[in-house]
Amino acid sequence: MTVNTPPARPTKTRGIEAARAQQAIWLLLPTLIAIALVAGYPLYRTIYFSLFEANLTTPDQRTFIGMGNFWFTTEDGVALGFLQDPKWWGAVKNTLLFTVVSVTLETIFGMIIALVVNSTFKGRGILRTAMLVPWAIPTVVSAQMWSYLYNDTFGLIGRGLLGGQALLANTDSAIWALIAVDVWKTTSFMALLILAGLQSLPSDMYEAADMDGASKWTQFWRLTLPLLRPALLVALVFRSLDALRVFDIMSVMLGNVNAAATSMTGYARQALIDNSLLGYGSAVSVAIFVIIMVIVVIYVTAFRVKFD
Amino acid sequence: MKKVIALVSLSAAIAFSSNASAVTVTLACGAVGQELELCKAGAARWAKKTGNEVKIFESPNLTNDRLGLYQQQLAAKSSDIDVYQLDVVWPGLLAQHFVDLKGKVPAAEVNAHFKGIIDANTVNGKLVAMPWFTDAGLLYYRTDLLKKYGFKSAPKTWTEMALMAKKIQTGEQKTNKAFTGFVWQGKNYEGLTCDALEWVVSFGGGTIVDATGKVTINNAQAAKALDTAASWIKTISPAGVTTYAEEEARGIFQSGNAAFMRNWPYAWALGQGDDSKVKGKIGVAPLPSGGSRNAATLGGWQLGVSQYSKNQAAAIDLVRYLAGPAEQKIRAIEGAYNPTIQSLYKDKDVLAKNPFFGSLYSVFTSAVARPSGPTKSKYNQVSQAFSTAVSDVLNGKMKGQAAVAKLAGDLNRIKGRGW
Repeated sequence: MTVNTPPARPTKTRGIEAARAQQAIWLLLPTLIAIALVAGYPLYRTIYFSLFEANLTTPDQRTFIGMGNFWFTTEDGVALGFLQDPKWWGAVKNTLLFTVVSVTLETIFGMIIALVVNSTFKGRGILRTAMLVPWAIPTVVSAQMWSYLYNDTFGLIGRGLLGGQALLANTDSAIWALIAVDVWKTTSFMALLILAGLQSLPSDMYEAADMDGASKWTQFWRLTLPLLRPALLVALVFRSLDALRVFDIMSVMLGNVNAAATSMTGYARQALIDNSLLGYGSAVSVAIFVIIMVIVVIYVTAFRVKFD
Repeated sequence: MKKVIALVSLSAAIAFSSNASAVTVTLACGAVGQELELCKAGAARWAKKTGNEVKIFESPNLTNDRLGLYQQQLAAKSSDIDVYQLDVVWPGLLAQHFVDLKGKVPAAEVNAHFKGIIDANTVNGKLVAMPWFTDAGLLYYRTDLLKKYGFKSAPKTWTEMALMAKKIQTGEQKTNKAFTGFVWQGKNYEGLTCDALEWVVSFGGGTIVDATGKVTINNAQAAKALDTAASWIKTISPAGVTTYAEEEARGIFQSGNAAFMRNWPYAWALGQGDDSKVKGKIGVAPLPSGGSRNAATLGGWQLGVSQYSKNQAAAIDLVRYLAGPAEQKIRAIEGAYNPTIQSLYKDKDVLAKNPFFGSLYSVFTSAVARPSGPTKSKYNQVSQAFSTAVSDVLNGKMKGQAAVAKLAGDLNRIKGRGW
């Protein structure tokens, strides 16, 4: 069609394009309205409530306090904002530690597993399916399963391997136990994403490299890794986002009070639900939203991730 | 045949008595120990009597989780649940969502209950809920093991308890590796607040926040109480005790793997059950003293009618029935749930089944209340700050002195512009 269009009549083509654009807007409108309703409105309400002092059970009785939920010091020098709460910063620190360590380990293990199942051998199909089992189990179930394993009186790990140590009792040691659970659970998902990337690499390239006498090691560093970069980065963004808003593992394995000290979302839940501080909890949620936004923007711009 | 007759008469009763008035009432029951079965059975008896129907809503085990769920239901003004089972520390927090039972329940019926518990359920003159059963921390011990190791009676002080537990543990571990001296609720949640309040009060360290709302926790006795508890871990209590709630502790004690246990009265009936390995070998005593007094934390559950209920009349009738003497007697006999009606403590059938009810009567009547009154809607935050500080001491992150000093700061922060 483009070949046959004479270039001398630009006004008419612009007309068609304008008409198409208009049509596209009408087609997009239902989606945009749906997004505004299900995502935009709750977000707006959260930001709105973050500026108020309000109770969850009586949201109608609220007082405007501006940024008081974020930062406020009374005349007696008592700090009331959550940014002044050391427990919040502990939760941020633990969440970041959890994210960095678990995502790094998952990427490394995922890469190794993907490379293994990418090569041809007998029973490869079964193996590819079987490795997804941990990922297919609902997190709440696997978290409960692991907390039994960690139990110090009858757990296979707590009693059997560690001789009666309670890993989950202390939030400092618990974070490593939680990382282990997350790595166990999500490595296979990472492997699957990387495997999809590996499958798209042309095999004749490796044949040529073999002909030129490049070692497998060189092939991995010079060919596989650079070509895999787009797929790998998308996988990294997904996993990092998931890890930053982790909630279920902490809540099930540590209980809600300790979960608040180990994850940002746990802290938000505790403020909002346990303590019914609607304003304060909303402010925390807004902060989590901003933190995750900033990290995503850094990721996408620094590594030039393309989602197409 | 009996069943058929019962069924026929039941359906006849429904057909006659109810007609248009038969309604379905939803009751939220707890599920710790035998709670759920007793709750279901009691509700069924009421349903049979009145021709109404009762739907049971199973609540989460941990009281913190329960509160979170209830608050969401109530904030949404949901009519899904008509009757809620409320913890003794919640009336101040949830009062506005419940029907004022004053005047709707006859005064004579209200006055049959312990005055202290009725007071705890009265917020600004409004009777938020009817007491259903009361609770206080108790020390459970193995009578057979105490005898075996030459002890004549239950320990009077914490020091004595620790010595006895150590001796029994050392002896028993020769044949049973999993045996431990003392189990309690060390997980960071409301239960730890109850346990730790008992230690602090028994050492003369006050009640965290006093009746006037002043933060009193930063004192040497409180610090000493927490340090003492921390010294039990890995000596007479397993390392994992800091992850145990009520049921984990009971599991270990009931399978014969512990010499002492701190728990609520409900553990008695289960310990005497046929599947219990320690049946007939359990003794119950007041919790030891830290030098000041024996202290037990007041617990207990109440029944309140939601303001948003569509069947308030039937719901109030259900509450009156369940909180009434007949039902409380059944629960005391079958589940060792402490009645809130004074006269039942003199009832022969109740005492035959729970001999300790009579001898420990003073423990139940003089139990220490958690500071939910003075801290009002912020009680939950106070309790979390307290249990977190205690947890830090138990896990060796902090010494008692430093922990109570930091806690006092945290509590003043939570207090902010006032409770």
